[in-house]
Amino acid sequence: MYPYGKMPTFTNYKEWYPYVSPHDPCPPMKVKTYSTPPNLYLGFQPPGLPQFEIHEALHRGTLWKALYSDYNKKLPH
Amino acid sequence: MWIYEKRLQYPVRVSKCNPRLAKFLIEQYGGADGELAAALRYLNQAYTIPDKVKGLLIDIGTEELAHLEMIATMVYKLTKDATPEQLKEAGLGDHYANHDKALFYHNAAGVPWRAEYIAAKGDPIADLYEDIAAEEKARATYQWLIDMSDDPDINDALKFLREREVVHSQRFREAVEILKEERDSKKFF
Ligand SMILES: [Fe+2]
Repeated sequence: MYPYGKMPTFTNYKEWYPYVSPHDPCPPMKVKTYSTPPNLYLGFQPPGLPQFEIHEALHRGTLWKALYSDYNKKLPH
Repeated sequence: MWIYEKRLQYPVRVSKCNPRLAKFLIEQYGGADGELAAALRYLNQAYTIPDKVKGLLIDIGTEELAHLEMIATMVYKLTKDATPEQLKEAGLGDHYANHDKALFYHNAAGVPWRAEYIAAKGDPIADLYEDIAAEEKARATYQWLIDMSDDPDINDALKFLREREVVHSQRFREAVEILKEERDSKKFF
């Protein structure tokens, strides 16, 4: 279990680099990304984690800072 | 029983007239990983899941109905003022031929909703792992929808919905932890 009130650290995205063939028909996308949201890391949520202020929580969709996962449009690589 | 509140869980605004987006959003209305399937999956499993996590399934199943309403509102707003000609251009001619502007439970490719989408194995661990997978798939669908949408207001609501899937997945993972816990093990907190 994590120490009381402390959040684990992790990154929201992972990158990987697929093989690019000189014979590919289209310009290569050299970097591919995928989401790795906080639910993969948190375990059973410990008590006392930091919270968002109420209006921000309603906007973000979660009360818990440790559970917020940002997502932005995939950019072409 | 349920108590209905006549408002959306999160405000839905649409900034651009773009009926084509409605065609994609309908995936979350009547698709395999959409909100209808999610609501029915959890509300149905709740009857036979152990008491300790039954409330969680009913709460999340109910919230999925609130999400279904948000998607319906987006689709309605994007299509209500479109002419049949505009709908045809947006790839919604097939839909119009059958439904006019009525919403229908089908996916983005027009495949009608099917009961096979909702798994119910009766084994609590199998069902909860199914639910975790369903949440991750819904999260992914929201990502692909955000990738294709250039409507900032719709994307704002889609990001909210995506975040809710992250929270649901977290809670289902915790439900597994509760059910697998040994009876005489010590509590950590
Ligand atoms: Fe969900």
